[in-house]
Amino acid sequence: MKNLTQFNLNDLVSKKEYVLIIGAKSDVAMAVARKYAKEGFNLYLASRNSDTLEEFASDLKLRYECHAQCLELDILDYSSHQFFYDQLKEEVIGVISAVGYLGDQKISEKEFMEASKLIDTNFTGIVSLFNIIALDFEQRKSGFICGISSVAGDRGRKKNYIYGAAKAALSTYLSGLRNRLFSSGVHVITVKPGFIATKMTEGLDLPKRLTGTPEQVASDIYNAQKKLTNVVYTIWIWRWIMLIIRNIPEWQFKKMNI
Amino acid sequence: MSNTKSWGNYPKVNAKTVIISETHRLKSFIKKEEEIIAYGNGRSYGDSAINDTIVCIKPKNYFLNFDDDLGLLHIQAGALLTEILEFSVPRGWFLKVTPGTKLITVGGAIASDVHGKNHHIEGCFSECVAMLNLLLPSGEIVSCSKTENIELFRATCGGMGLTGIILDAKIYLKKIESRFIKQKTIKTKNLKETFEAFEKYKNKPYSVAWIDCLAKNDKMGRSLLMVGDFTNDGRLDFIPKKKVNVPFFFPSFILNTLSVKIFNTFYYMKVKDGITEKLVDFETFFYPLDSINNWNRIYGRNGFIQYQFILPKRNSYEGLEEILKSIASSGKGSFLSVLKLYGKENGNFLSFPIEGYSLALDFKIEKGLFELLNKLDEIVVNRGGRIYLAKDARVAKDTFEKGYPKIEIFRNIRKKYKMNEKFNSIQSKRLGI
Repeated sequence: MKNLTQFNLNDLVSKKEYVLIIGAKSDVAMAVARKYAKEGFNLYLASRNSDTLEEFASDLKLRYECHAQCLELDILDYSSHQFFYDQLKEEVIGVISAVGYLGDQKISEKEFMEASKLIDTNFTGIVSLFNIIALDFEQRKSGFICGISSVAGDRGRKKNYIYGAAKAALSTYLSGLRNRLFSSGVHVITVKPGFIATKMTEGLDLPKRLTGTPEQVASDIYNAQKKLTNVVYTIWIWRWIMLIIRNIPEWQFKKMNI
Repeated sequence: MSNTKSWGNYPKVNAKTVIISETHRLKSFIKKEEEIIAYGNGRSYGDSAINDTIVCIKPKNYFLNFDDDLGLLHIQAGALLTEILEFSVPRGWFLKVTPGTKLITVGGAIASDVHGKNHHIEGCFSECVAMLNLLLPSGEIVSCSKTENIELFRATCGGMGLTGIILDAKIYLKKIESRFIKQKTIKTKNLKETFEAFEKYKNKPYSVAWIDCLAKNDKMGRSLLMVGDFTNDGRLDFIPKKKVNVPFFFPSFILNTLSVKIFNTFYYMKVKDGITEKLVDFETFFYPLDSINNWNRIYGRNGFIQYQFILPKRNSYEGLEEILKSIASSGKGSFLSVLKLYGKENGNFLSFPIEGYSLALDFKIEKGLFELLNKLDEIVVNRGGRIYLAKDARVAKDTFEKGYPKIEIFRNIRKKYKMNEKFNSIQSKRLGI
């Protein structure tokens, strides 16, 4: 009897569709993984170094009775991306990128290596991988592509404009991709988190009312995918904050300290 | 640095909070820091999980293994009980022991050795702990259970995080055949009837009473005793309930003697006389307050104290009479007052339950409250009772010591492993634990 139920269970699990999450070690990615596993998907979890991710993957398998496979992916090793995507055994119905590098603005002003790392991690690498996936989805005429950008890309501020510029580029890229893939039935989601309480922001004194959790980002992404929303701000109030910030005239903005 | 509070919003402390989930990072962190205390989901009421430096282990929440023949779940300490239930209820398993909220971590449940409506049958949370892994001040990780490192196990269960950091545990779950509970409510007219009802229904797996602590004279001690057990109708789907939110702190005048008196009277009156029966889902039965986010805000910005004590059975009746009289005449009312008959004491050094009656009352912080509570402390201690550390923020050292005669054993263990130099809370320093 037990073997029979086990067999049926495996059968059920292998029928679930796959979603690919890249930058899978970040807190947001992990929350996204749990959300999708809970909603009945299997997962590919890609990160630069996957050894500590295995424990997390077995947590997902146990909690949600899904497949969760860890894969290594270096977002800066562009030439490996085609191979990475081709090696996936099962077709994925969607990809979510939580790749992000906050870097150090001050260092990036003096050392181009840091600026370059910021731009390449937050933008170039994602373009390289998304281009490959977009081609596939376009041919299959289905799928969704989700990039986690940032409100920092909505306007350049002295505190983090290299990071912001890379995120702005990512937002623009996703907007163009959305435009291109619309006629193929592929949906593109741009997520713009404001403050999120994560490992990346640990130690920063974030205003509580404006700070979201990784779980909120995850459920916003899932809802955006279901409802075909294009651009999501997490938490929602950032849409209005950024509307105001974008509309401050440049002659005034340049004097400000925000 | 941030303003850190526990569930009672008292005391408020400027603390450095570090969030860590990986064991190797925890190890190097405890070496580096002078004095820390582990923090879970911030649901203990007082100052037991607060200090200048707090290490929050809530993200350490992986499910490691589940043996569905034994119902044995191996889980990391930061996982919330609600995460366990989401996993286990659809599979036909439930927590053997659960407190009145499912929003606490496994580590917190062990450290406070929490108990629930079935204490008289199943005992405390530690009864379902098959083993736990503990990170000691030395950086060593030891496995403790009722058969291995027994002393450390006895100290850690109920030890308020003062023996080290609980990393993960194996806990036994119990089989259920429904998520519904057949609940019986018995309305009693006074304390004598309430006690008789507890005795009469002591074979029921779950029992707890809401008591009207402002009722006086011949109505004193009138209660609604709720007893119940899981049914077996096979409905196991778990649909988490919609939540409402208390969006801001209530101004503190809203809760006053009159409003609480009116609430209590209505709450008591709306139940029919005698015995009523209904079928409720487990969330309604076990976790009524979990459906209200931030319910602690109704007590206002200054916070509140949940005063919970227990008296040995032989002294319970007279003790409660005396205490209820003091409360009713002080006019400081509480609308969440919970009375329960407990089962036998366990062998842990600092676990709260002893065989007898326990009463828990919420009081908003206001002038004269601490004087009243000091007076109640005296009655409790004189009758051989004690105060629950997981809820305490103000008790005096000698009151605590009189209530917990095994404290010296606990202190010696702390010294032996140098736990007293590494793991401290504001509470442990206040009470010299």
